[in-house]
Amino acid sequence: MIDLIYLAVLLPLIGFLVNGIFGSRIKNEKVIGLIGSGAIGLAFLVVAGAFLQTLSLPVDQRTNYVELFTWIKAGGLHINAAYQVDQLSLVMGLIVTGVGFIIHVYSIGYMHGDKSVWRFFAYLNLFIFAMMNLILADNFVLMFLGWEGVGLCSYLLIGFWYDKPFEKSTTSAAGMKAFVVNRIGDVGFLLGMFLIYLTFNSLNFTDVFARASSFDVPGSVFTLITLFLFIGATGKSAQIPLFVWLPDAMAGPTPVSALIHAATMVTAGVYMIARTSLLYAMAPTTMMIVAVIGVFTAFFAATIGLVQNDIKKVLAYSTISQLGYMFLAMGVGAFSAGIFHLMTHAFFKALLFLGAGSVIHSMHAQQDIRYFGGLKKYMPVTYGTFLVAAFAISGIPPFSGFFSKDEILWYSYTNVGFFFWLLGAITAVLTAFYIFRIHFLTFNGTPRFDEKRTHPHESPKVMTIPLIILAVLSAVGGFIGIPEIFSGENGNVFSTWLAPVFKAAELKLSYFGSYSHFEELLFMSISVVGAIAGILTARYIYLSKPEIAESTARKYGRVYKILLNKYYIDEVYESTVVKPIINGSKSFLWKMFDVKLIDGFVNGLAGSVSNASKYLRKLQTGVVQLYALVMIVGILLALFWVILSL
Amino acid sequence: MENNLLLTYLLFIPLTGAVVLLFFKSENEKAIKYFGLAVSVIAFLLALYIYFNFDSNSGEFQFVHKFKWIANLSIFYHVGIDGIALLLLLLTTFITPLTLISSWSGITKKVKEFTFFMLFLEVGMIGVFISLDLFLFYVFWEVMLIPMYFIIGVWGGKERIYAAVKFFIYTMAGSLIMLVAIVWLSVHATNYLGYFTTDLVELYSVAPLFGLDVQTYLFLAFALSFAIKVPLFPLHTWLPDAHVQAPTAGSVILAGVLLKMGTYGFLRFNLPLFPAASIHFASFISILAVIGIIYGALVAMVQTDMKKLVAYSSVAHLGFVVLGIFAMTQESVQGAVIQMINHGLSTGALFLLVGMIYERTHTREISYYGGIAKIVPVYSFFLMIVSLSSIGLPGLNGFVGEFLILLGSFKSTVLNNWWFTIIAATGVIFAAVYLLWMYKRVVFGEVTNSKLNEITDLTKREIFILVPVIIFIVWIGVYPSTFLNVSEKSTTKILQQVSQPPKAELK
Repeated sequence: MIDLIYLAVLLPLIGFLVNGIFGSRIKNEKVIGLIGSGAIGLAFLVVAGAFLQTLSLPVDQRTNYVELFTWIKAGGLHINAAYQVDQLSLVMGLIVTGVGFIIHVYSIGYMHGDKSVWRFFAYLNLFIFAMMNLILADNFVLMFLGWEGVGLCSYLLIGFWYDKPFEKSTTSAAGMKAFVVNRIGDVGFLLGMFLIYLTFNSLNFTDVFARASSFDVPGSVFTLITLFLFIGATGKSAQIPLFVWLPDAMAGPTPVSALIHAATMVTAGVYMIARTSLLYAMAPTTMMIVAVIGVFTAFFAATIGLVQNDIKKVLAYSTISQLGYMFLAMGVGAFSAGIFHLMTHAFFKALLFLGAGSVIHSMHAQQDIRYFGGLKKYMPVTYGTFLVAAFAISGIPPFSGFFSKDEILWYSYTNVGFFFWLLGAITAVLTAFYIFRIHFLTFNGTPRFDEKRTHPHESPKVMTIPLIILAVLSAVGGFIGIPEIFSGENGNVFSTWLAPVFKAAELKLSYFGSYSHFEELLFMSISVVGAIAGILTARYIYLSKPEIAESTARKYGRVYKILLNKYYIDEVYESTVVKPIINGSKSFLWKMFDVKLIDGFVNGLAGSVSNASKYLRKLQTGVVQLYALVMIVGILLALFWVILSL
Repeated sequence: MENNLLLTYLLFIPLTGAVVLLFFKSENEKAIKYFGLAVSVIAFLLALYIYFNFDSNSGEFQFVHKFKWIANLSIFYHVGIDGIALLLLLLTTFITPLTLISSWSGITKKVKEFTFFMLFLEVGMIGVFISLDLFLFYVFWEVMLIPMYFIIGVWGGKERIYAAVKFFIYTMAGSLIMLVAIVWLSVHATNYLGYFTTDLVELYSVAPLFGLDVQTYLFLAFALSFAIKVPLFPLHTWLPDAHVQAPTAGSVILAGVLLKMGTYGFLRFNLPLFPAASIHFASFISILAVIGIIYGALVAMVQTDMKKLVAYSSVAHLGFVVLGIFAMTQESVQGAVIQMINHGLSTGALFLLVGMIYERTHTREISYYGGIAKIVPVYSFFLMIVSLSSIGLPGLNGFVGEFLILLGSFKSTVLNNWWFTIIAATGVIFAAVYLLWMYKRVVFGEVTNSKLNEITDLTKREIFILVPVIIFIVWIGVYPSTFLNVSEKSTTKILQQVSQPPKAELK
């Protein structure tokens, strides 16, 4: 199956083409959904087959390549359309096609009745196509194709309901914002590639990594390369300072938020660092920057998540925050822990979004948690599965999030320092609080909507079965990554599987110090207790004493307002970057410089020429003798010039 | 070497067509249209035949046809092509029939004259790309101006006369200086050759021997003429006017082919003839190119007229091409060549699309539109693909060119400064901004104007024009080797001419 891995890329492309070209003529929604989901389901089977085959191979033969054709060749550059099948790309492939398939199926129910379902499934398939290129590429350029391709699909899907207003503007404005902010990051990615090519004369992963170890390259070059690439990662994975597009991306249909803006695309930056871990390992400065940005983003986004009232907005900031954890993991050199959290997050965050979607679906597009409440009795499956996901993200053992988050926190303590652990642990408390805040406000308490007019109902099976599958994964997915203090040496199946991929990087990193089992258990317990405290506080405030929330908000009005308005970052960017560029281009560059200065000069020149010609015209006297004289003088001068210049 | 007449035939097909057309009756519009189309299609087929017989393992001129034209002055009729010229020849002959079909609905008056000028223009364009004699080149260069002047001036918009005159004067100013340079170059070469000639291949062997001061003057004279054509910042102000006033077919040819003559000129003349001066001025020209990339994009962003927006975007795109040429690495020059083709396809298609919607509403003001996605889905689809191609999305053509140019300029030892690439790379952000912003305002959102509900989607003929362009947009994006291979050896040769210029032999 490894040789057939290209089918996992090709099938979604075929799905895209079929639905994209013939979709508008296929009147049957079910057929469209079947084509869309089927393509991804088959792709999943291909990846699973390749996974099983790789599993059966000895450890040192688990990296394989499948070459298709020469893509770009010029000068010393030779880029193939070629795929790398190894432990890391297989894990990612399973997540993308697996979770992707579940969300496709869910979408059949969620998008039921939409007039352009075909377009929706076509875009979703195109997204999987691009994402598979991103994770399977054996070189930077093909990875970049996927990287920009997923950005395009994100753009198309955020603005899917292109005529629908969204907040102050339209969904297409949100889509454009996503694309442009991502492009800012992409320039970083491009520059990183250029510097890699200049330094190692190749853009293929294998060559670059081999040469990174053997070439004598100053450390500053690695720092610069990795920083450039990291700029790309902050764009795609919505980290400080380029996170601003992700909250707006919620303008898209909810399955899109689940698939693209939670489970898969936004984790591309994490994947990219994992893939290039060797380069990062040789740039300790960048590692520290990544860790700092990661942990601050985690904390910062969680604080905003505390007060938002739109259920999807809370989940969006939660995603930014959780991605921060993953970057923290990368920055502290805990690569496999980061990928582990990427996987568990894909399960529980996709579940949270799909659960939210199920609620929104039954509440007639209402997204404001202030108008929910008591939905437990109407939607038991959604309620139960949402609860599982909430436990998972809060890090309550033995749900999956516990294992992955704990591993990151532990490594951030041992590899970098207490402060990183502390900020991470505080974020964990905040996470438990905000997620249960929306959980309680949505499912518990008394309904705050008009029960006579709104009749909430459980979603159809095509939506609830995906929820149940994801709930199972969120509940037990952590067991493949049980820390070694419980499971013994090499008992952490997940990190043992990935170990060969990160071996080279980990050899370059040297973290000292030894820590007792007691310490590890202590830190673990503190964060679990913290999470439980967060949940109980949310329960106390939002179920027992709702007035506390209001009085606190009033008491700390200014803080509340800052959080509610997301620290006014959007406004700051708007007034310091966007407006000056647009106004400057319009009033100065165009109307002043282009029209007045350059064109004014040209037209002025033309004017003076025509003025001068008024006088010159008088030379045309019509006297032939005069003409002859002028001619002779001219010829003489020309002759002199030629003679002199010889 | 034996003469090969294929290129001469190619030149004579549109020429004969144009002459024969004069015998058609003006009112017989349908026959004129089909005849013009047939002639240009035959030219394209012949160009394809030349492509299939072209040996891309050689960087030398092929299909050479040479005889003495003006005997006393050693001026030759000397034509031949290398890979670069071949690609541009294919582009020219590919675009001409498409523009002819596109103007079937847009041009309603003086159809015969219009078709005549279009064929006439094609003669000039083909001539420019195949000339291997400076004098011959100059003749075609000037010949091209005349039909373009009339196309803008007769079939253009309200201020067509102003635009046509501006176009004419700008280009004329540049080309007169080039004429002086050609004469000077040939006269000066007499010192080395012992006889006067304007033959390019012979001059290749002696012009690089000139002292740096002479090279400098000659380089600047040629460069000025080409820079106006490109157009390179700050010589670009004729372009928006010419584009906005020209009829769709004129804009498409202008953007698709005419602008490429400037960049082609740099590659064919400046670099190999004056290598020392080229290296000397590489940074200076590249600075202008990079300014053009950012400036063109920023000014494009704030335009209110769709056509003007596309016109300014050309300034940015051609900036990339010039940067690629003067970075003088194999990657960047290959990128520049493919980017010339890309720009011809993408911007040509953008002008076609703007023209198509203009024919329906008679306005190009962005603010007039809004929410047309629902009304004209097919149109919106094509506009999306072409915009993405222009934005440089990987998988489509634009990316290949921009990526190679930026990659090559980053490692360029001639420029030897990362800032060229870093600043130019930010251009890709603005490219996304101006096109997606326009797209958002025109296509997305709610229908803002009830009159828009009446417009009809693309006709079969319009789809027929766009589909071939889209095929190449995807083809170059996915498998650019087809095209990169054609020019590989030729760009290698030009770079060798620069890095290892002929050495002076003692006389």
